[in-house]
Amino acid sequence: MEKRKYYQEAIETMPVEEIKKMQSEKLVRQVAHVYKNVPYYRDLMDKKGVKPEDIKGIEDLYKLPFIEKSDLRETYPYGMLAVPLADCVRIQSTSGTTGKRVIAYYTQHDIDLWEECCARAIVAVGADREDVVQVSYGYGLFTGGPGLNGGSHKVGALTLPMSSGNTERQLQFMLDMKATVLCCTPSYAAYLGESLKEQGYTPDQIPLKAGIFGAEPWTQEMRHNIEETLGIKAYDIYGLTEISGPGVSFECSAQGGMHINEDHFLAEIINPETGEPLPEGTKGELVFTCLDKEAFPLLRYRTRDICVLTREPCPCGRTHIRMAKPMGRSDDMMIIRGVNVFPSQIEAVLLAEGFSENYLIKLGRANNSDTFDVYVELRPEQFDDSVKNITAMEKSLANAMRNMIGIGPSVHLVPPKTIARSEGKAKRVIDERNLHD
Amino acid sequence: MAIRQLSVFVENKQGSLHNITDAIANAGINLRSMCVADTSNYGIVRIIADDPEGAKELLDKDGQAANVRLVNAFAVPDKPGGLASVLRLLEGNGVNIEYMYALITSESGKAYSVMRTGDTEETDRILVANGIELLDESKLH
Repeated sequence: MEKRKYYQEAIETMPVEEIKKMQSEKLVRQVAHVYKNVPYYRDLMDKKGVKPEDIKGIEDLYKLPFIEKSDLRETYPYGMLAVPLADCVRIQSTSGTTGKRVIAYYTQHDIDLWEECCARAIVAVGADREDVVQVSYGYGLFTGGPGLNGGSHKVGALTLPMSSGNTERQLQFMLDMKATVLCCTPSYAAYLGESLKEQGYTPDQIPLKAGIFGAEPWTQEMRHNIEETLGIKAYDIYGLTEISGPGVSFECSAQGGMHINEDHFLAEIINPETGEPLPEGTKGELVFTCLDKEAFPLLRYRTRDICVLTREPCPCGRTHIRMAKPMGRSDDMMIIRGVNVFPSQIEAVLLAEGFSENYLIKLGRANNSDTFDVYVELRPEQFDDSVKNITAMEKSLANAMRNMIGIGPSVHLVPPKTIARSEGKAKRVIDERNLHD
Repeated sequence: MAIRQLSVFVENKQGSLHNITDAIANAGINLRSMCVADTSNYGIVRIIADDPEGAKELLDKDGQAANVRLVNAFAVPDKPGGLASVLRLLEGNGVNIEYMYALITSESGKAYSVMRTGDTEETDRILVANGIELLDESKLH
């Protein structure tokens, strides 16, 4: 039997004009829903002098106010909720601190559309109900595990809900259950590949044929390495909790960018400085508008990812617009081992613990994982002649940071005045990972 | 009788030590002994000098992390087992030694050591009570 090419062929290959028409209809309804049920956004629209009836289709999108991460913080926890809490069946949350944490709500309808997006991504890598999908993204508040798990169920594949970690067990189940599709972060895929190689497995002895890797930036070089050690094709997937989770866009067999699920998510590129929409093919900040979500329907949400969109026809037959792999950020957010980290979070810990705000974050790569080092200047009065106390301070700072951001850096205290001060804006981050090609 | 020790938190890189000693020399302060503890990121330079407070003030002004604290300094016979007997004594009294280094003097027949323990005062008391010869700063300079 020939493999299915699409999960929802009619939608995924819909002519562009029809997609746009559908988007326009959905947008009008979505805006009306949000205006009626989210007072915070209603105020934003009122302040801008925009009424729901001004939005007649996607050509009016630019009239709507943006939503930024700061709006989500301000409205925490319920302020962006557009349905009664009783109608929700799930929350998911972004990694990161209490201060920056975002809680996204889902009705069953929202879960279904999200899982459908993930199902499209799984079918796009050549999988169907005969396949065994190993989901090694974290399960829990993080969207990675639940999203791909749900997508795999929708496809009807046998799903291995492994979650992340416990490498021995991962490999045992992969080999014994003959997993054919692996879903995890690219770093973890590389790590699993290296572990198999060390144990003497050659690619032809590994049952996998494809991988769906996302939640952190990765390079073509990493893709080649993963493909070689595991003997698979490695596909990219993109998403964010604020919009739904993984599967907002996904790579197809043509691997020329990720198709955005345009029946649910309307994408635009803006100038991050001015907010002006930019023409297709121009590099700028990616902005998403949900089109048919119930519980957490963000409109014009600024992702801060710098990206390019293209509507060039794709050999895979899908008509949905494609986005390039993000090329960077328009803010200072770092993605470290799949966790979103802002320098301001590091700063907040230093301040709370009574340390100097002269610090430097160094990111690198070792053993297929990110290294995360924070250098902090010791204040003269904190020095008491003892190595023991310095080590204790380093440990307690690292713990405080782990509590704040979810992953622990190596903290290094250094003498005063040894971290370079630059004119004006201080250089706080040295990223030597070269994650963007 | 404990003596004062200056310690400075320095970068583990070429020139750090020289900068400190230079600054102290320029102020006309004489170094009697010195020891460097190093980790991969930083070092702690510990110095017995004739004016530790003056040296600290100098380093403070320069924004460096410097500290003056009391440490125990004592003499032992310059022969095998000389130091071991003192250490055995301290251990027997539950004293925890954090670090220790030698102090060079021109006096022959004796070896001098500087140590920091968990409790400098208590260590001093134990040494005195056991007739160990202590160094006071007047003997140093």
